[in-house]
Amino acid sequence: MSVEVVVFYVFAIALVFAASMVITVRNPVHAALFLIMSFFASAGLWLLLEAEFLAITLVLVYVGAVMVLFLFVVMMLDINITVLRDGFARYLPVAFVVAVGMMVSLGLIVGTENFGLETVGPAAKASASYSNTEALGRVLYTDYVFPFEIAAVILLVAIIAAIGLTLRPSRQTKAPNPDVQVAVNREDRIRIVKMDSE
Amino acid sequence: MLSLAHFLLIGAVLFCLSVAGIFINRKNVIILLMCIELMLLAVNMNFIAFSHFNGDIAGQVFVFFILTVAAAEAAIGLAILVVLFRTRNSINVEDLDAMRG
Repeated sequence: MSVEVVVFYVFAIALVFAASMVITVRNPVHAALFLIMSFFASAGLWLLLEAEFLAITLVLVYVGAVMVLFLFVVMMLDINITVLRDGFARYLPVAFVVAVGMMVSLGLIVGTENFGLETVGPAAKASASYSNTEALGRVLYTDYVFPFEIAAVILLVAIIAAIGLTLRPSRQTKAPNPDVQVAVNREDRIRIVKMDSE
Repeated sequence: MLSLAHFLLIGAVLFCLSVAGIFINRKNVIILLMCIELMLLAVNMNFIAFSHFNGDIAGQVFVFFILTVAAAEAAIGLAILVVLFRTRNSINVEDLDAMRG
């Protein structure tokens, strides 16, 4: 076995172990931490596939931002775990049957007969001067510049939606309410008083 | 020597595990969101494997966009979860039947 096969199996076993812990552990905080481990393991596998930029992006964006958000929400909410674990044993057999059935049917398709070395062949190794980031950036800013800008707009929409959903207006704000200001009548503001001249 | 089938099989295992996770954690919305993230990870693994073995970088560009959309989805999903917990004081899926009619 060559070195990269050994590295592949180490990361693959870590990935499968972490993923199965994510779906079985009792505490959501532990599930989030195991999800971080599975992201690290797949970043290792992506490095093996010479996708260096995406491997680093996965660690930076997912572990650095998304999983911190997950952990923040899990720890902020005061969740009763025992109620949420009620159906665990009841749905375990059906989950097992579905997962094994899917795995067998997927394995028949993506197994070594169709995608082995004889049919697809080993991948061409990149030269030492090849830069994955440069190659990705070159197509991202030329051929895919329009989808790239749509992705930017999607992120903007996500920011606005997340803030708009969770923002609670402060009670102590001094901002004027234009709706109330426009709806004011003359009679509400002015009172004409008749009095004798002195 | 590693072949394309190795990476496709690890992606398939990951996908099946996350489907099983959705079945057995069907009450906890947070774990459901985590299982969706795992599913997207399995799909990304396939994209990168095909990109590497076919020598075509378009697969990696697609993974880039999937990562963007998944980050947006996680942010909005967790925001909905926070609002849900504030109003219903629970994240149990079975309590969320207000729109059953």
